[in-house]
Parts: sequence; C-alpha cells; structure tokens
Amino acid sequence: MTVEDLQELAEQEQQRQEKFTNRLMYCAAAGCVSCGSINVRDMLKKALAEKNLAATVEVVGTGCMGLCGEGPLVKVLPEGTLYQRVDETVARKIVEEHLVTKTPVKDNEIDTSHPFFAEQMKIVLENCGRIDAEKIEEYIAVEGYAALARVVTEMQPAEVVEEVRKSGLRGRGGAGYSTGLKWGIVRKVQSDTKYVVCNADEGDPGAFMDRSVLEGDPHRILEGMAIAGYAVGAQQGYIYVRAEYPLAIERLRLAIKQAERLGLLGNRIFDSQFNFRIDLRIGAGAFVCGEETALIRSIEGRRGRPRPRPPYPSEKGLWGMPTLLNNVETYANIAPIIRKGSTWFAAIGTPKSTGTKVFALAGKIRNTGLIEVPMGISLRKIVFDIGGGTPEGTEFKAAQTGGPSGGCIPAAHLDVPVDYESLSSVGSIMGSGGMIVMDSTSNMVDVAKYFMDFCKDESCGKCIPCRVGTVHIHGLLERIAQGKATTNDLPLLEELCMMVKETSLCGLGQSAPNPVLSTLRFFRNEYEELLQEPATFVPSGTDTPPTTH
Amino acid sequence: MAIVTLTIDGEQLSAQDNESLLEIARQHKIEIPTLCHLDGLSDVGACRLCLLEIEGSNKLAPACTTRPMEGMVVHTNTEKLKKYRRMIVALLASEGNHQCSVCMVNNHCELQNLAYDTGLLYVRVPYLYPNKVTDASHESFIIDRDRCVLCTRCVRVCHEVEGAHVWDIAGRGIDCTIVADLNVPWGSAESCTSCGKCVLVCPTGALVKKGESVAEMEKHTDFLKYIVTARRKGEWISIENEEE
Repeated sequence: MTVEDLQELAEQEQQRQEKFTNRLMYCAAAGCVSCGSINVRDMLKKALAEKNLAATVEVVGTGCMGLCGEGPLVKVLPEGTLYQRVDETVARKIVEEHLVTKTPVKDNEIDTSHPFFAEQMKIVLENCGRIDAEKIEEYIAVEGYAALARVVTEMQPAEVVEEVRKSGLRGRGGAGYSTGLKWGIVRKVQSDTKYVVCNADEGDPGAFMDRSVLEGDPHRILEGMAIAGYAVGAQQGYIYVRAEYPLAIERLRLAIKQAERLGLLGNRIFDSQFNFRIDLRIGAGAFVCGEETALIRSIEGRRGRPRPRPPYPSEKGLWGMPTLLNNVETYANIAPIIRKGSTWFAAIGTPKSTGTKVFALAGKIRNTGLIEVPMGISLRKIVFDIGGGTPEGTEFKAAQTGGPSGGCIPAAHLDVPVDYESLSSVGSIMGSGGMIVMDSTSNMVDVAKYFMDFCKDESCGKCIPCRVGTVHIHGLLERIAQGKATTNDLPLLEELCMMVKETSLCGLGQSAPNPVLSTLRFFRNEYEELLQEPATFVPSGTDTPPTTH
Repeated sequence: MAIVTLTIDGEQLSAQDNESLLEIARQHKIEIPTLCHLDGLSDVGACRLCLLEIEGSNKLAPACTTRPMEGMVVHTNTEKLKKYRRMIVALLASEGNHQCSVCMVNNHCELQNLAYDTGLLYVRVPYLYPNKVTDASHESFIIDRDRCVLCTRCVRVCHEVEGAHVWDIAGRGIDCTIVADLNVPWGSAESCTSCGKCVLVCPTGALVKKGESVAEMEKHTDFLKYIVTARRKGEWISIENEEE
C-alpha cells in the first residue's frame, strides 16, 4: 500500500457510493441494536426489493447518531432527513413514502435544526452515523488513514509529538494530562521495545462514549494508535477493551484484520521502515483495571491491582518497558489534528482545554444520548438547549459528572464552563464523559450511596483505606438514609472521606469519596434532615472513648 | 547511583538515591510505622501506614516505595499523619475478628503494637465481624483468615524467598482472602513445602503453628536477613522480585 493506492481506494469508494440515488443509514450501535434496528434493516431491505430499488438504494449500518433515547434511528442520504423511533412499519413507510412518493414521514421526522444538533460540534464522532463501521473502504473514503500516510511519509517522530503538543490536546480519560507531553516523555526514553496501549475499559455507570466510538468508527482508533506508535517509537499496540462490549470487540477485530490486509498495520507501512501491530486484550470485568498500572498488570496476565507510582508507565510500563497509555477518545482526536493541523484544533474550546468533549447524557433529561460539544460550553447549554431540560413538571437539581470519581454540580453553578479547571473548581471533574442529570425527585444521599456502593464493590482490596474505608462510608450512608444516624456520624463520615481520599493507593480510592464530599458541599441539608440527636456525646476528631459509656 | 541530600523531620541527611525513604529514615533512627513492609521482601505500598508528607507535593507518599530526591523536605510525624495512621489501624481492627485475649500471638503481635504506637484507644466505626474460612488442614500450621490483615507478606515470602508461590489473593475489596494454590485446603496444597516462612513473617495471629497456646507464639522474622544477604552474595538462587 502506497499513498497513491490509498487515494485510489478512496476514489473508488466515493464513486461506488455516488452510484446510489439514496443511502439509508440505520444506527447499528449497541443502543439502537438493542431496540430493534436489525429488524428495521431487514424490513428496509425487504421493502426496497419489493419496490425494485435494491440496486439503486443502499442500506448501511452506521455508528451512533447521538439521540439514543429516541432510537432506532434511520437517516436518509443525500437529503439528511433523520427519523426517530423507527419500527418495521415506519421502515416500510420510509421506503414507500420518502423514497417512492418523495413525501417525508412527518410523524417520525426529527427537526435537525434543533439545538440538540445545532449546538454540537463533531470531531471525535464525525464519522459516527456517516460511514459503515465494518467497511474500511468507507473510512478511507472520508480521508481515513490519510493522517497516518502523511505522518509516516512526510514527518519526523519529533514533529508528530510537537504537533500533538501544540494542539493542546489533554487526556480524555479524566485526569487531563497533556497528551503531547506524555508522548514526548515516552519518545525520549531510550529503549528498543516500547508499547502503545489504548484504555478502552470504560466503566463509569452511565458512560458509553468510548463504546460508541469503537462501535461506530474503530479504524479511527487504530489510526490514532499507529500514529502514536510512529511518534514514540513503538511497534506493538494493545487495546484493552472490556468484555462487556461484545459489539465493539467484534468490530475492532474486523477492523484490525481489514487494516492488516491492506497493509495499513503490519510491516513496512506505506513502504517505510515503520512496523506496527495491534492486538486486543479483553478485560474481565474489574473497574479498577481502568487505572493504568492495574490495566498494565492485567494485560500481562496477572491480577489487576494497581501499584504505587512512580515509576510511571511512560518509563516502566508493560513488561517493564516504556509504555504510552491513552484513552479511546484521546486517540480518536489524533487523526483530525494531523489532518487539519494543531492550530485548527487549538482554536476550538478554551485556551487551556482545547478541542471538544464527548458526553453521554443520561438521567432525568429529555434528550438522552451521545453528544460532542466544544470545551468551554456552559453546563446550562448542555442541559437545557442540547438536553432539552428535565422532564415536564420537575426542576433541575444537579448534574453529576465524572461518575464514581466525580461530583454533583448544583443549579447555582449551571453557568460553569465545561473545561478541566472550571469543573474541578466546583468540586467535580471532567472525567471520561458521563453526565447524569438529576431533578427535584432525586435524593442526594441516595446518589452518594449508589456511587459508594459501586466503589466498595470495585475496590481491588490492596490498600486498607479503600478496602475497608469504602465499606464504612457506605455503611454510614446507609444508616443516614434509613434515618438511624446521629449528628455525630456526619463528622465521622467527613473524616473517613478525607482519609480515604488522601491515603488510598490509586485513583479509584483517592476519588471514591468525591460523590459524598460534593453532595455534602452543596446539599448538606439533605443529610442533616435525616440525622437524630445522639444518646451519648462522642467528641469528633479524636479516637478517645465517649465520656459516658 | 548518586548521593542526595534531603531533610527528614528537620534533620539534614545525605543518602543514596536508590534507597527508599523508609530505609534512610530508619538508618537515622527516625521511626515510621509499617505493616506490609518487611526487610528482605519487595515493597507493595499497600498498608499506607508509612505515608509521609513531602513539601511541594499535594499527595502523601509511602516511605517504602518513594526514592529520595535532592533537596526533598519530608515530614514523617505530623498531626495529620498521626491521625490517618490511627484511623488505618482502626479500620484494620474493625475489618477482622481481632480478639487479642484468645490469640496465640497476644503480646507478640504487630497489629497490637501498631494500636499502642498510634494511640488507638477506641474504634469509632462498627466492627464488621467477618466469617471467613479458618483452615487447619495443614499438619503443622493453621490459617485463621478472620485475623488476616492482607499485608501479603506470606504471598511475597513464599514467592520471592521460598520460590513455591503457594499463597495468593482471591476475591476483591472487602472479600479479599489469602488462598493456597487454586483455593484448596492448605493441607492439600501440593506446592507447599511446609517451610513455615509464611507463618514466621505473618504480623498477626492469622498464620500460626499448631500446638501453641494463647499468647505463647512469638514470631521471628530475623531469618530473612540471612537468606537475603546470602542471595546478594550470590550464594542463593535469585528469583526476580515480583509481588503477588
């Protein structure tokens, strides 16, 4: 495969697509598949055959189109008409009315000028809903692997790192470390063997950003990883993907096979000296394996338990070798940055948080689904314009970001810009992109209890604060929720939270108390309302015995 | 290897940069409580008792796995650290069934000593009263998992020093337990050489010798010193240090 071959392939595919008068894009991501989009596909094909349109209209399964709450979704190209809640009857109507009599099916048509679509900006998800995830040719037709071609044939590794650094891209896994700096560190470490690892162990409750990218545009991740491999000097990549994502695994396997067949992965990529392979490693269902040192041990085939850092994986990672570890969404941003330049990317978002962020909108909100917004957009815009606000008759109370490591942002902070620094200033984190909206019917003690229950189950048990502390914090929350706790329990709860936060070994324990601390900060009255006066006095802040016992 | 100077608790020291802060502190008679650490075994940084405050860092760092850096200013015994250490011991006490009065290692127990040293007089969190499996199937030893603090010293000594790797951890979170081989009774664990090293390094009464009565068993960890010294001199086969 040469650069010319790649262009030829792209042109062939574009010509093939132009032959069709219409293309019916049905959503083939996990959300829509689970509510029947495969039946919709079959009906579309059947109806097309009946109308003798099978040769001129193509039915294409694509990645997530965003409005998951209204699925299954079908888009008719080239018009761009989007249909929601498509069942077999509607599918037949789309063929018989939209395609044959040219009258759109009014009942199911979505107004695409709605803020849900207008306020979004798609970089990571640009191909989701636009291409067939299972065909490499379709990815190539939309400039796929062009960035890899350019990097390998025209750029020095140091230039690639510099380009990523200048873009201002920060790790999308949650911590927000500068991606360019990380690449630079791994590049500079002297070693014959280095690894590039993609963290696809997305485990936050309510989060499905990475899954959607993997299902809708797997080649984008492969391309991003290959570029990273070239930049840091690695020849082997691993994608650590959780077993709970069978569709993503299936599509990744297929994508790797296709890329290898075309020589886009393997030896002498684009006739250069650069060799790069990617293998999958399937997680076994532990949340803690999203922590980088635990993930590395899990890939090595050992028990997924974190170890103290330093040494960081960039110096001593997989099998003791320098390892570059980034999140799915981070790799998904690489190809566009190379294609369109770091200046273009750096101009999006805010000066310190550049680019866009994908969020999984869930909870008490009208438009649930997958959105991508420029950094720095206000939370209000996300919740009320894009999300359409809370359901009829209820009031917005808080938005939870960052999952079990994050916090709740109350209505008073609705105008906070969504970027790394601003979200931490209000006690939450950007996190990987889960956003759960809560309305006046939500009880904040229950919210804190839910996340603590999650953390206590997912603690690996290595360090004492996380293993035992989370159990006691959960127990205290349970007692408070049941109205059995006393006013002495609240200081104890806070002390335990601070202790677990400051003394735990890894990020899981260090951030596990965040949902409690943040709800205590903004909704302390909800806790206090449930407390009783104690029978005996126990001084807080010391471990001395009660004065009367 | 280089020599660095650093300050620990106001004292200016010089040290080699491949030593841990714990080693350096102990060489200078600065006491830092530890539990999972044992001289001669690899460090895992799991018990969090040896946490230190380092000026300029917003995170507490474990002394056993942190290396010194030039100009580092370290505090080992601040009020915050004392409080957190006491709470960690309290959490350990709440996690198991540590009835000292009916324990074979009463008065020779590292957990008990830690409770004294950290000034733990009262446990404010409720006791969890676990009901894990006590295994007396081995001809010479007993494992009482309700007295286990999951320091993994037994796992490491068996793997790194004896080379048998009988012990490992099963389960996660609060359900973690030490298991022999693939979770079989200790007596039928084929890899066990009955050397007893795990029993000697266990800080509590979780691993004990049969036939001793309450408060009679003393643990001796000195033997490790000789093995490790011999290994350094090349008189002993060496296995790559690899925790758990």
